[in-house]
Amino acid sequence: MLDKKSKAVLLDPLFEDNPIARQVLGICSALAVTTLVAPSVVMCLAVTVVLIASNVSISMIRNYIPSSIRIIVQLTIISSLVIICDQVLKAFAFGLSRQLSVFVGLIITNCIIMGRAEAFAMQNGPKASFLDAVGNGVGYSLILLFVAVTRELFGSGSIMGYTILPLVQNGGWYTPNGLMVLSPAAFFLIGGLIWALRAWKPAQIEEELVVHIDPPAHVDSTRQAA
Amino acid sequence: MAGRESTAYTIGFAAIVCLVCALPIAGAAVLLKPRQELNQRIDRLEKVLAVAGLMERDEDLSAEAVEARFNEYVVPRPIDLRTGEFVDTIDVATYDQRRASRDPALSREAGENAARVFRIPLVGVAYEVVTNDQLQAIILPIQGYGLWSTMYGYLALEPDARTVSGITFYEHGETAGLGGEIENPRWQARWIGRQATDEQGVVQIEVIKGAAGPPESDPYRVDGLSGATITGRGVSATIDFWLGPEAFGPYLEAKRNASPARTR
Repeated sequence: MLDKKSKAVLLDPLFEDNPIARQVLGICSALAVTTLVAPSVVMCLAVTVVLIASNVSISMIRNYIPSSIRIIVQLTIISSLVIICDQVLKAFAFGLSRQLSVFVGLIITNCIIMGRAEAFAMQNGPKASFLDAVGNGVGYSLILLFVAVTRELFGSGSIMGYTILPLVQNGGWYTPNGLMVLSPAAFFLIGGLIWALRAWKPAQIEEELVVHIDPPAHVDSTRQAA
Repeated sequence: MAGRESTAYTIGFAAIVCLVCALPIAGAAVLLKPRQELNQRIDRLEKVLAVAGLMERDEDLSAEAVEARFNEYVVPRPIDLRTGEFVDTIDVATYDQRRASRDPALSREAGENAARVFRIPLVGVAYEVVTNDQLQAIILPIQGYGLWSTMYGYLALEPDARTVSGITFYEHGETAGLGGEIENPRWQARWIGRQATDEQGVVQIEVIKGAAGPPESDPYRVDGLSGATITGRGVSATIDFWLGPEAFGPYLEAKRNASPARTR
């Protein structure tokens, strides 16, 4: 169905080149919204939708964008998409959009979206950019949901609001882990995840050695494009 | 493309991008506005129902059901905060007290207060819960400054206009796990049965450091939240202000005089 290159563009961001675990982008929202699963799901959807739309539209006009204002043009497109996304959430998922508060707006500054626009959509056609956006969106979502499920389960004893571990204060037996509801927990989880991923795919460590000499990965991807 | 880096092309391109981006944003804002406003109104009604004990915290009701239940039990009362009297020139369905306090024509400057309320609306909306023509509760909107942020909530009083029957905060930016615990239903439950004011209507209730006794023997004090002394102080100041003479004080006084003496 897909040729080899397209497949790599789509699937690499899941584990081989995950935006959070490998490129270490989009950490801010991964820390902020992952205390509960439900807002994280909305966040994943919002980021994926914005990423797809921005990658495709930027890719379509990539040959017309004057290079002197290309970052501003990208940001204008991304922020327009985010504003629309925010408006739609306010109209159709009011409770969740209130929980996410400013973090929907902050998708504008999510480095994954800017990063993919600059590093991929500016060089590739709309179809490849679409696949790249889907891959990165799903890669981002995988990590976010893993962190959110762990944090909600151990921090609040529930998943999607359904009680799994009855809490002591509600008459159950589970004493919630207070660290899990605070942002540093997401740091530890993501750190552990990066460790696990590199233990599973040692190839990532070897590349890492090269990257040690070069600037860190996220600087690297913008430099390629420039 | 030739001239792609010329100034004229760059400016033209920027203008087109702005135009093209502005259209869908304007469209979305206009098309979705009625729905968003409905959501906001329903949200406000739900908060009032919840603090009145007319709705369970995890109850999931449709917008129509919320509205129906609200209309059945709750009477919004626009009140002139200077006199405590009802105002009939305000349409409560569209009146937004928070918006009004930002409008110079609809608000005035507040006197110095510890809740750091700077402007107070001329008209405040109190909600009266009425069943079988009998007043069951009075619900007042409250807002004040904690440690980091303005906290918005509702306080429910029994018909004697003194006894607290519920409190809730629905919007704030206090530290999660510390000051943010003002959202915690178990802490909010500690308020129930305590006396907000003394018999003269002077606000006495206060969030203390540490634990307070049971409401019967320790009616004017509420358990503090550990690690959130300043938030607690803000909550005390908030109630002090909104039940005080500058805000709902005159209205509550009228209620107190009207309510038959109750033995407690």
